[in-house]
Amino acid sequence: MTLQISQAIVNAILEQSRVEYPDECCGVILGKIGSDKPERLKPMINAAHSPTFYEFDSKDLLALYRELDDNDEEIVVIYHSHTETQAYPSRTDISYASEPGAHYVLVSTRKEIAPENEFRSYRIIDGLVTEEDVVITSIGK
Amino acid sequence: MSNPTVEVRIPTILRPYTKNEKLVSADGASLSEVITSLNTNYPGLGERLLENGELRRFINIYINDEDVRFMGSLSATLKAGDSITILPAVAGGCM
Repeated sequence: MTLQISQAIVNAILEQSRVEYPDECCGVILGKIGSDKPERLKPMINAAHSPTFYEFDSKDLLALYRELDDNDEEIVVIYHSHTETQAYPSRTDISYASEPGAHYVLVSTRKEIAPENEFRSYRIIDGLVTEEDVVITSIGK
Repeated sequence: MSNPTVEVRIPTILRPYTKNEKLVSADGASLSEVITSLNTNYPGLGERLLENGELRRFINIYINDEDVRFMGSLSATLKAGDSITILPAVAGGCM
């Protein structure tokens, strides 16, 4: 299993995580249904405004799914940042993961344990975490 | 008078309960009755929505465009043709 993603989107997520620090940042990347291609970055507001938790606002969540229906898109990637721990799914992340078809991407803003460009992707299905390779394609592709 | 029939949108993760149907119908004058109706037709689904008789914290249910938490939660009332959407919260964090 592999996540293919453009450098431009990776850069935008890393930048968002720095801007929203010390809170966790979050969002999704959308793509055409069945394509498994993350093409449209959609940063979301962390309604929890917390350094240790993120949650999409319930109204934003409904609006997001309506938008997907209208555009024949689906959620290809769900991402968030960890502020002081490594970019690996926590128990909380695992227990709330509820999109079996999505890639769960984590970044970390803690430089001591994570290189600044750390960007890791996982599948989380029925409580089981599987890390996958990330292939970054050049800007503009 | 029979209970109103409403349509219910099922999220991907709960579709194993509905034989992969994305849209199902259910009967009930309140959200609580609708969940009972769903659980009768799709055994096990009710348990994924409720915990100790309350709506699970990380399940969002909407009637038309409104989060049921602002409409009385399980006692929210329904009329024929209402559309219910079930969405698991997107949440997590380092703790």
